[in-house]
Amino acid sequence: MNPAATAALAAAQHGFLSPSGVEIAFVLVGLATLGAALVTVTTRQLVHAALWLVVALGGLAVEYLLLTAEFIAWVQVLIYVGSVVVLLLFGLMLTKAPIGRSPDADSGNRWAALTVAVAAAAALVWVVVDAFRTTWIDLDGPAAGSTEVTGASLFQNWVLPFEALSVLLLAALVGAIVLSRKAKAESSSPPVNARSVTKSSLGVTESSDREGAR
Amino acid sequence: MNDALDVALRLLLVFVVFLTFPLIVGQTEHKVMAHMQGRLGPMYAGGFHGWAQLIADGVKFAQKEDVVPAGADRRIFQLAPAVALLPYLLVLLALPIGPGEGAVGQVLDAGVFFVLAVMGVGVLGSLMAGWASANKFSLLGGLRTAAQLLAYELPMLLTAASVAMAAGTVSLPGIVDAFEWWWLPWQIVGALVFFVAGLAELQRPPFDMPVADSEIIFGAYTEYTGLRFALFLLAEYAGIVVLCGLTTVLFLGGWHGPWGADGLGWVWTLLKTAVLAFVVIWLRVTYPRLREDQLQKLSWTLLVPLSLAQIALTGVVKVVIS
Repeated sequence: MNPAATAALAAAQHGFLSPSGVEIAFVLVGLATLGAALVTVTTRQLVHAALWLVVALGGLAVEYLLLTAEFIAWVQVLIYVGSVVVLLLFGLMLTKAPIGRSPDADSGNRWAALTVAVAAAAALVWVVVDAFRTTWIDLDGPAAGSTEVTGASLFQNWVLPFEALSVLLLAALVGAIVLSRKAKAESSSPPVNARSVTKSSLGVTESSDREGAR
Repeated sequence: MNDALDVALRLLLVFVVFLTFPLIVGQTEHKVMAHMQGRLGPMYAGGFHGWAQLIADGVKFAQKEDVVPAGADRRIFQLAPAVALLPYLLVLLALPIGPGEGAVGQVLDAGVFFVLAVMGVGVLGSLMAGWASANKFSLLGGLRTAAQLLAYELPMLLTAASVAMAAGTVSLPGIVDAFEWWWLPWQIVGALVFFVAGLAELQRPPFDMPVADSEIIFGAYTEYTGLRFALFLLAEYAGIVVLCGLTTVLFLGGWHGPWGADGLGWVWTLLKTAVLAFVVIWLRVTYPRLREDQLQKLSWTLLVPLSLAQIALTGVVKVVIS
């Protein structure tokens, strides 16, 4: 059967008027994720924004799970919730972020940011809907997003983008090293990167660190 | 109906394990530390070695007033212990203790990733507690917790990846199924790195700088009292159970044993976990606390290179034998 006929058949078999339980859950979790994302960018309490980000990222992981992409879901939790948000909170703890509202947390670019965000979202939704409108995932059969399937397609069909991303990460790594070395060379100005701030804040307790075990 | 009953029974069993094993480890810690340091501690409550003291302690915790500091961020302060504790309950669900589907709470396709990902979420609880307490010692504790994460996360993931490569699967029962005795010398470096990194994740001595009581009182948990404080302590002991169980499953062959009689595999798993838990306690009474920067140095100059070497070795051996 040719792909076009398959797509037409799939679309004919699935209607929007009798959603299954998984579809309903998907929409509900999606709404919760969207809500958390909105609160993240509008709340004036900085640390709350980071914690709402956890909810939004966790919601995305649940969406992946509902689409049977178990591996992607756990990696999402591992990288974003376990590492990125922790780094974000670490950075926030080094600032003067108060408990409660930050009076200066608002930006003058509010409307510009809103325009860009809506435009980006519209473009993404349009592209995704246009590309996958007639694609249906069979949730009852063997998992279409299991680790084995994901690994096979990643290293067979998508090797080039995967390697390109690795090079991008390498470039970011080199950039970070260059930036931190530059900061060290200009010893007249105080260090601004997170790593040296960590060291100096830890140095405060260094003298008492020499005492014994707990 | 039968399926629902099965699921309910498994959940109940995992929950009972979650409630009892950490307490057993805690009581063992009291006793082992006491004997190693040549002191007795409470010996009368309950008769045998003062076992009922644990229950008395629990009652004491439950009676204490639940104080929230006036300047604290109330809701986050109250939510933090749950965020610290619940991930370990979820991880226990995925740990297989015996062969077959009957001996694991839930078989997961990507078990290794699930376990490491969910354990990582527990750190958020400490960070929330550290920030929301409005106390400078708590804040320092939270900072140290986050700094510690930079040190242990990478070697832990890399060594777990090495075992997954060796077994050719990322499912926890699958890894134990593929285990052979010669994996032990083959993966020994990875096992040591994983265990050390795990100790740093649990903030156990010698990596307990986030709660260093002689420096920053009790780190992120300074302002907590009563049951919420007990939940943080429970999270630490549940973490020991999870780390030791995970090391057993990944590196020590889980239910495989030299005299592995059929049906007794779970005894091996529990035995290995218990021995590892004893080692965790032993390390606490043996080594002085490291500094945060010493941990960073240990991690980036020793643990990360060792785990990369382990991955290379795993890859080479895997290619040669296949």
